[in-house]
Amino acid sequence: MTLVRTKTLGSRTFDIANVILLGLLLVSCLYPLWYTFCVSISNKSAANAGLVTIYPIGFSLTSYKEIINDKLFFNSFWISIQRTVLGTAISMLITVMMAYPLAKSKREFTLRNTFMWILVFCMLFNGGLIPWYLTVQQYHLINSIWALVLGGGVPIFNVILVMNFFRNLPKDLHEAGIVDGAGPWSILFRIYVPCSIPVLAAVALFVSVYHWNEFFNGLVLMNTSDKYPLQTYIQQLVVNIPVGTNLTPEQYKKLSELSNRTLNAAKVFIAMVPMLVVYPFLQKYFVTGIMLGAVKE
Amino acid sequence: MRRWSVQKHYYLMLLPGMVWLVMFSIVPMFGIVMAFENYNPGQGIFHSEWVGWDNFKYMFQLNDSKTVLINTVIIAVGKIVFHLVVPLVFAILLNELTNLRFKRLVQTVVYLPHFLSWVIMATIVIGIFGYYGVANTVVQMFGGQPKLFMADAGLFRQLVIGTDVWKEFGYNAIIYLAALTGVNLNLYEAAAIDGANRWQLIRHITLPSLATTVVLLGVLSLGNVLNAGFDQVYNLYNPLVYSTGDILDTWVYRLGLQNLQFSLATAAGLFKSVISFVLIVISYRLAYRYADYTVF
Repeated sequence: MTLVRTKTLGSRTFDIANVILLGLLLVSCLYPLWYTFCVSISNKSAANAGLVTIYPIGFSLTSYKEIINDKLFFNSFWISIQRTVLGTAISMLITVMMAYPLAKSKREFTLRNTFMWILVFCMLFNGGLIPWYLTVQQYHLINSIWALVLGGGVPIFNVILVMNFFRNLPKDLHEAGIVDGAGPWSILFRIYVPCSIPVLAAVALFVSVYHWNEFFNGLVLMNTSDKYPLQTYIQQLVVNIPVGTNLTPEQYKKLSELSNRTLNAAKVFIAMVPMLVVYPFLQKYFVTGIMLGAVKE
Repeated sequence: MRRWSVQKHYYLMLLPGMVWLVMFSIVPMFGIVMAFENYNPGQGIFHSEWVGWDNFKYMFQLNDSKTVLINTVIIAVGKIVFHLVVPLVFAILLNELTNLRFKRLVQTVVYLPHFLSWVIMATIVIGIFGYYGVANTVVQMFGGQPKLFMADAGLFRQLVIGTDVWKEFGYNAIIYLAALTGVNLNLYEAAAIDGANRWQLIRHITLPSLATTVVLLGVLSLGNVLNAGFDQVYNLYNPLVYSTGDILDTWVYRLGLQNLQFSLATAAGLFKSVISFVLIVISYRLAYRYADYTVF
């Protein structure tokens, strides 16, 4: 804020305390990443003994060398990439195709409100986990990448976001298109879509983050570990405690000692890299995206 | 019929999406009948024995269901409250920063955890609070005994709420920060000239200008009362903390997909879906009535 303020002692103390507090918050958000990185390049025994806190101990790249030979890891990485690309492309295409007719008024598209109510109902209500799982099983999609791509269902909220944006585009665009003899498809793809790039980028960002981060569909819809997307693969690295066992705290401690911390940290770090790389580019879009969902006329 | 010649394209545009919707949202809804049957995979949905409300009655007799409901509501409500308050305080503090470059740096960094999955965050949280983690190293530095934080049922809920708030506070503050950019700076000038101090400026200008947003977000989060966050809890919990950490969603998952009690799990899932649905509809109505907010 560019304000002329009387700098009283209390005010200045507050400023300093504020900077320190926010600085600490900033560090708290970066520390986990740094910590994971440190563990991943530390000496195995030092990491397992919990000696790594703020810097790596006994530099070693063994874990990264091990990963290079880990076929399953790269396999999962590749599945996640395929899933994210396919999932985002399909979602975006279907989102704009649904948003356009729904952005029409009831006069222009007779059944507009009917479709709208069906969509909203499906967004707010679902059959629950078991019916969903059994349905996907009935389609014979278990172990198929299409279960990962389509299993999450239509991104209805995104359809509504884009629809709202289309509705606020000037009507003249539509009129001009008609005058030039464009049909609905050309109006959508050659006028509306190019006019909505920032919004579509924000929505595409949300969809791709969803697909990259999603682990549960991979866990329940894929039966073998060679079909797991990356997040499911990583999830399986964390201590897996057999269900129903009467676990004692002592046993829990033993189980957690079994995990290879440096290797796991290296895998987790690699899984974070794509997100960290694209993050700076995404930044300018996600704020747009949130505000779209938050404020409306 | 010029109308139809244009409108048929609209139907065509909706077609692929509607097929997707029918396949993965609407067809599964018919599976709800399993909640009223003694479902047997061999007999299928149409031929399994009809048992009416028995599954629900049985479910509520189980001790687990009470524990799970209580845990779910406590964790979810805790999250709702702190997700409203912490980002609010953070946004106000950020707004008070005079160094704009530092402000931008803080903003950039605190949004980051939101974009990392709970799978990844959980490995990190366990790495820090595990027996050989940083938390225990610090405890030992001050002469304490190392603790099994992750296996302590008395700490689990706080841990879940705390780590979730930490992961999302920056992201959740975006809406508040946007609301603050709309505040007329002349108001601050005028108040400062009238002799208002820093705290009074916050109290009488910043806070009131955020009030509508807080109320709106609060109302809209009503639908989350049974959403304690499956991804997070599933990746953090273990049998030692079931008593305080097991939630509806994780329970349904174990019941249905691990113990294969399809009917019971469907009933529990349906219970959650129906209550959440009612709450969301109420919250949308309230938001519409008091804040003129519409979703579509």
